[in-house]
Amino acid sequence: MAISVDSPEDSRNLMQQAGYTFAFLSDQKREVIRRFDLVHADGGGKGVDISRPAEFLVDKTGTVRWMMLTENYWVRARPEEILEKTRMLE
Amino acid sequence: MKISRINWPLWLGFLIAFAGGLSFPLVFVWFPVTRDFPWANLLLFLVAAVFLWQGVRRGFARNREHPTRSKIVASIVGVLGVAMIGLFLFSYFVVGRWLPASKGAPQVGQKMPEFSLPDADGKQVSLNELLSTPVNGQPPKGVLLIFYRGYW
Repeated sequence: MAISVDSPEDSRNLMQQAGYTFAFLSDQKREVIRRFDLVHADGGGKGVDISRPAEFLVDKTGTVRWMMLTENYWVRARPEEILEKTRMLE
Repeated sequence: MKISRINWPLWLGFLIAFAGGLSFPLVFVWFPVTRDFPWANLLLFLVAAVFLWQGVRRGFARNREHPTRSKIVASIVGVLGVAMIGLFLFSYFVVGRWLPASKGAPQVGQKMPEFSLPDADGKQVSLNELLSTPVNGQPPKGVLLIFYRGYW
C-alpha cells in the first residue's frame, strides 16, 4: 500500500488516473513519516515537508523483513525485486 | 570555397542538449533501466557536447562572413548548451541525493510501529487491520508499505 503526504482526494485522483487498486493512505499531518524518520524537509518546495521514498516489507507478525532506502530519489526498488522479496513471506 | 553561413554544428549541439534534458522527464524516467542511471541522457549530452564544441570552434574561425557576430552567437549558444547539461547533471546527481539519512527508520528484524491513517475514501485504516483482514478469503501473508514523495 502507498503512503504519502497527499490528501485523500489527491490520492483518489492518482488511483483513478493510473488504475491502481491497492490502498493509498494519506499522512497529511506527517505523523507517521515523522515517527519512521522519513521526513524530507522542504522536499516539496516552498517549505513543504514530504516523505522520502522508502519501501518496507512486513510479515504477518508485523516484523520488518525487508526495507529499501535509496541514496538518490530517482532510483527506486524495481517491481521484480520486490516480488522476489515477498516470497520470503511464504 | 564558400563557408556555409549557418553554424549548423552549434545549433545541432544545442538541440541535442535540449532533447537530452527534456527526454528524461518525458521518456526515460518511465523505464527503470534508464532512470536508475541516466545513461541514455548522458549519451545524448556527450553527442551534444561534441557538436557544441565544433560549433564554437567554427564560430570563432577567422573566415566567417561576420566574425564578431559569429563569436557572440557561438559563445551564447555554447554557454546555454553547457548550462542545460549542467542543470540536468545537477538535478539528477546532486539534488536527487538531498535526502535525509533516515537512520531512525524501522530496520529489518524490528517490529513495525502500529499506525492508523485515512485511505483515499477518508476511512481510517490501521496496520493491524491490514495484517488481519483476509484478502480473497485468505489471511494476508504480510504488507508492503511504499512511502512515496507524492505531490505530483
